This record gives sequence, structure tokens and C-alpha cells, in this order.
Amino acid sequence: MLDQPVDTTARKAWLSLLATSPEGRASELLENLNLDTSFELLRAPEIGTVMVRGRAGGTGTPFNLGEATVTRCSLTLASGEVGHGYVQGRRKTDAQSAALIDALMQTAIAPDLQRHVLDPLQEEKQTDRQARAAKAAATKVEFFTMVRGEDQ
Amino acid sequence: MYVAVKGGERAIENAHTWLAEERRGDTDVAELQPAQIREQLTLAVHRVMAEGSLYDPDLAALAIKQARGDMIEAIFLIRAYRTTLPRFGGTHPVDTGAMHCERRISATFKDLPGGQVLGPTFDYTHRLIDFKLAADGDVPTAQTGEPQNEKTPHVTEFLNREGLIEEALTEDNTPPDLTREPLEFPASRALRLQALTRADEGFTLGMAYSTQRGYARSHAFVGELRIGVVQVEMDIPELGFAIEIAELTLTECETVNQFKGSKTEPPQFTRGYGLVFGQSERKSISMALVDRALRWEDLGEDDVGAPAQDVEFVLSHGDNIQATGFLEHIKLPHYVDFQSELELVRKLRREAGATDGQEAAE
Repeated sequence: MLDQPVDTTARKAWLSLLATSPEGRASELLENLNLDTSFELLRAPEIGTVMVRGRAGGTGTPFNLGEATVTRCSLTLASGEVGHGYVQGRRKTDAQSAALIDALMQTAIAPDLQRHVLDPLQEEKQTDRQARAAKAAATKVEFFTMVRGEDQ
Repeated sequence: MYVAVKGGERAIENAHTWLAEERRGDTDVAELQPAQIREQLTLAVHRVMAEGSLYDPDLAALAIKQARGDMIEAIFLIRAYRTTLPRFGGTHPVDTGAMHCERRISATFKDLPGGQVLGPTFDYTHRLIDFKLAADGDVPTAQTGEPQNEKTPHVTEFLNREGLIEEALTEDNTPPDLTREPLEFPASRALRLQALTRADEGFTLGMAYSTQRGYARSHAFVGELRIGVVQVEMDIPELGFAIEIAELTLTECETVNQFKGSKTEPPQFTRGYGLVFGQSERKSISMALVDRALRWEDLGEDDVGAPAQDVEFVLSHGDNIQATGFLEHIKLPHYVDFQSELELVRKLRREAGATDGQEAAE
């Protein structure tokens, strides 16, 4: 169906970004592009869970930590590209937008989407993360040792 | 024997309508929105996610609103909702070593790579009621420093290098799941950790406290406590590769415990482990202490008969939804059961009375 296989690393990166972007943001950025895309749903947006796992001691035996809600959707463009979207939470519109972006990223307009949807999402995520890291850094303890007098 | 009794429908319906009105409270006071609960009662939301065993802050906030702040009722709502959802799969185990730490402290090492980061903690506050909060106080702006972007290593890694602490060997089997198969004993560590991470905070705290007071004491230090955000990956079958599917705030606690050695092991430190959804350090420290106490058999320690060493006792009573379900069912109509008890007591008293009468006559 594809003329050339999509770069898996790049695809993983954009799907991961879409999965955890804030509610409504990817949909909003996509809408701003005013694309007139026709597609057919292969799997209508569906809410479910994934079982999150941890490891005993951080590195040992895996165990089930608990579930998280996830919404998924699959669709195909009129031109044949298939897109899959998985987003964290209960977000049907965002799951569909993620699937649409995934499909469109396999077409000629990929650079537009990269610039106007994915890059802003990445920047916003990075800014947000850095802001929290900066606040954490301000709470780092700087120990100093006080010299006590008994040895002198 | 159960006999159906009819006639309560109207009373039940009216009770629920009144409940809805009471939930809203005084309508002159602005209605609470779930987003306010999510943003301002965040730790309550985290507890509901942890014990509800479902990570979804919006849903947990809504459940707290619906439950009028009754945490166990909210957890019940989450557990019930979870059962209606299909499960898409299991994630790769989270890599807590790659956590974006917002808090990270160690009680065992003062100077450790990555440093001691206090984060937004209640520690060192004076626990005095702050009346300014009731008067629309201004929000101070958090100070910022130079963000640290390198990975924060686990404290236990340092002890590992010297061979002074037991290693946690990496395995990659699919863990047992108590939400799919009934709990059976003896339970593996994986199953125990799953049960503990969703167990009631108060119960877990009580069990952990009992070990500190001397019931199976294992002298625990908090080797490390970290809170922050981790990315979780899952294989997506239709893609043929894994993507980051979720970002979760987790609290992880590793305890370092004294161990005098056994027939097979040299003296070294042993470990207890706690990992919990959300920011919940009391729960994760408790989990680590109870995990360590339950490991007595693996480590060749003696069973001193302490409650926290009894896996069946701990795992069977830690789930607050199971517990409350069984406990609260006794308030529901048991008219027929009780009727037969009443008959029995009356009969026993008649017989006893008859005997007394006979004795008096003799």
C-alpha cells in the first residue's frame, strides 16, 4: 500500500508524541491546517486500558502495577495510507486526529504536518518538562559542613 | 434462605434524589468542577487512581465528586468502571531509572549523584493551619534553578557495585494478574507487589508500622524515594513496534534493610520495594516495608508469627473494596436470617427456662 516503507524510528517518535500530548491540542493544531481529507474509519475510536507493569526493585521481576485508560483508532485515507492512533486517557477525538496525522505523515504533506503540528507539540512538551525540572532544581539541597570546635 | 421483599422502590428512588441534592450542598456556594478536584485535590485523585488501580486523573476526580469525597466509594466507582473496558495489552515494565524526578531523597547517603531534591513536599512545614488559604491568598511563584537533564541513578546501584546489597535480577516473564485469576497462596513476589500497590493506604501503613514497632522488625532505611514522570512503552501489534503510550506520575521507594546473612547468603543489605501510581510516598514507603516483611521465606529468615509476615493475612485483607463489600453487606436486609436466629434464641431460652423450672421443683 505504501510506495516506500515509513521510517520506523520517526513514526515511533510522532506516535509517542501524539499519545501523550495534552487533551485537544493535536486536534486543534490539525484543524488549523484546514486540510480537506477524506478517510474511512477502519476501527472507530475505542476506549480501553493497558496494564502497566513495573519491576521489583526497579530492575527485577516484572509485576502488574495497574491499568491506564487509552483510546485507539485506525483509519485509511482515500489514497490508501493507513493511520493508527493511540492516546492516553479517554479521548476519542484526539485518537482519531492521531490516526489521521499518522496517515497523513505517510503522504506528501508530511513536512507541513511536521512543522505545524508535531514541532509545536514537541516544543510545548519540552518547555513544560523543563519548567518542572527547573522548579525541582531549585529544591535541591546544597549541604555544607559546619566545623565544630572540639578538635581545635 | 433468601426471600424477595418488594416495596422499597419508591423509598430508594427518593433516597437517591435526596443524595444528589445533598451532594450539591448549598446552591449559594459555587459548584465544584472535576477539573478543580483534579488540579487542587491532586493527592486525593492520586490515591483513588492507585487503589482504584486505574490511571486516569479526570475519571478519579469525577469519582471523588460523585462519592461526595468518600475515598473508598470513589475507588469502588473506578474499579467498577474499569471492568467495563477492554484491555488492549500489557506495557513494557516502566524504567524508573529514566524517571523525570520532581522529588528524590535518600536517607542513607547524603551526597549522591543527582543530589537530594525535595520537590513540592509537606516535609519541614510546620503543620499549622494556614488561614490565608481561606482568604483567596496570592499564589507565590516557585523558584527555578538550572534543570538537570541527565538520568538520576538509583541509590541501590552504588551498593550493588560493592556487592553489599542483594541484586534484583532482571527477568522477562509475563507477571501473574490477580484481576484475571483468583489470588492463590503461596503468592509469588510479583503477585504480592500487585496486591500491595492497590491495597488500602491505611491498612498498608498499619502493617508497615507494626514491623517498625517490633512485629518482624527488619530495621528499614529509605535508601531512596523518588517521585516523577515516567514514559511507558507498549508493543502495538498492527505497527510491529512499541510506542510510548502513556506518561505517568509514580512514586517509588526502595528500602535498605539489615540482614545478618543465612546459610546461603553472606551478610548484606536486603531490599523492600514500593511503586505506586501518583504522588503517594506514605503508601510507597509502607508498601516497601510490607514487601520486605513478606520476603522472610525467600531470604531464609525465621517466621516469628508476625502479622506482616503472613502473606495470606496481608493480601486477603488489604483490598478496601473487597473488605468494604463484605463488611457493608451486613447492613442490607437479613430479615429471614435474623428471624431464624430469633427463633433459635427463643427456643434455647424456653429450654433453659424449662430446666430451671425442673431444678426449682426438685
